[in-house]
Amino acid sequence: MNDILRVVHELGGGLFGFVWPGVWTVVKIAILLGIVMFCVTYLTLAERKIIGWMQIRMGPNRVGPLGLLQPLADAVKLFFKETLIPSKSEKLVFILAPALTFIPALLGWAVIPFSPELVLADINVGVLYVLAISSMGAYGILMSGWASNARYSFLGSVRSASQMISYEVSMGFTIIPVVMLAGSLNLKEIVLSQTDLWNVVPLFPMFFIYFISVVAETNRAPFDLPEAESELVSGFNTEYSAMTFGMFFMGEYANMILVSTMGSILFLGGWLPPLPFLSFIPGIFWLALKTGFLLFVFLWIRATFPRYRYDQLMRLGWKVFLPFSLLWIFLTGAALHLLGKA
Amino acid sequence: MSQSTVKDLIASFTLKELFAGLGVTLKYLFKPKITIRYPEERTPLSPRFRGEHALRRYDNGQERCIACKLCEAVCPAQAIFIEIDPKSQGQQRKTKVYDIDNSKCIFCGFCQEACPVDAIVMSQNFEFYAETREGLLSDKARLLGNGDKWKSQLDANLAADAKYR
Repeated sequence: MNDILRVVHELGGGLFGFVWPGVWTVVKIAILLGIVMFCVTYLTLAERKIIGWMQIRMGPNRVGPLGLLQPLADAVKLFFKETLIPSKSEKLVFILAPALTFIPALLGWAVIPFSPELVLADINVGVLYVLAISSMGAYGILMSGWASNARYSFLGSVRSASQMISYEVSMGFTIIPVVMLAGSLNLKEIVLSQTDLWNVVPLFPMFFIYFISVVAETNRAPFDLPEAESELVSGFNTEYSAMTFGMFFMGEYANMILVSTMGSILFLGGWLPPLPFLSFIPGIFWLALKTGFLLFVFLWIRATFPRYRYDQLMRLGWKVFLPFSLLWIFLTGAALHLLGKA
Repeated sequence: MSQSTVKDLIASFTLKELFAGLGVTLKYLFKPKITIRYPEERTPLSPRFRGEHALRRYDNGQERCIACKLCEAVCPAQAIFIEIDPKSQGQQRKTKVYDIDNSKCIFCGFCQEACPVDAIVMSQNFEFYAETREGLLSDKARLLGNGDKWKSQLDANLAADAKYR
């Protein structure tokens, strides 16, 4: 692997001269985005399959063997549909909004460490960066609702904004104990600090609150109130069609994968194997496995629970999660002090 | 705080009922699927299934229909049109025109019930689509053709249902 990399670097250096490091970064970004987009498309298929199986149906199985080409068919369909822009909408904002929900979902991947070496940007404020980027997704949804100039879209986006802001808070508070244990905001350091014991053990309730918060954060069922097809038609994306809708869709799924990866890095030990003797399997496999499990839970939850009522959602966020995670921060601090670690 | 409140609080904080629900869906994930993949797999049809119409013949090839027009009279959608063959007076009366408009037909099966000679029957074929309006109009030739095509099946269905009629 290292030999191949060395050859690639020599070749690239010869071809591009001093701009090679920049070109190499672009290549890495392209590979990462390719993988993420591939996962996004197949997550949509996995969702339909798993929810189908849970409803004792078969799910899509017509396009290609076992329905494996279904995402391609969906993509082709979305590409060839007409992008409708309502005449009363604010056109520039209307078109910008889907991009603004989709791009942050991809930006977050910059700081995710896949293994000790495989990380695009190994920065010391990784956690803060991901939190900041994931909050930006709310802007796209707000803009889409406002620019559509339609009442369902507007209601959906208002709900979405308040929901995302509420759960951002409790999500942030669940990450603080992790940061306290690791003593660093660098995601790599956070994973390495879990070598002896995964954070999910000492911070078990925090893991749950984190997971439920990110389900709400990504507007997934049972917290899919911004979409709420039974009451708001489809919420903020009612007026969108074709690829503008596709961007919202992909953004949602890219976000799901991002927060699941974050969950496995923060609480499930990232690329670390569950038992030390299993370390001969590359770390990226373990990370993929943990992320895959969390994504499965996302779909599992969607197949199981009915949608929350809006006031219940707000009560849960502000009156249960927030005080509870604050209490847990206090307990973590106290425990660290008593153990003499801080 | 009473004891039941504490119990409720513990139950809600351990997400007891949510996990029970997740258990149910997980169990169903591994159950055999009930989907029938239609063109390849089919559900069984009753002998009484009311599909496309067919006109039957006797074993010697003679048309059963005696142009009594009972089916035309009973048809609630007025989808049947019959013209008597004037040349057939004297011997057995026959139809000259026997048209069924499938776009009007509601597949109630009254024509089959009304027929005194079991001439008009409904087959088990439900896969007759058409891309034009005319394609939905059945004339006598098509109906007789249907009867010849599915003869054995139609006879078997009538025999199976005979004891209940």
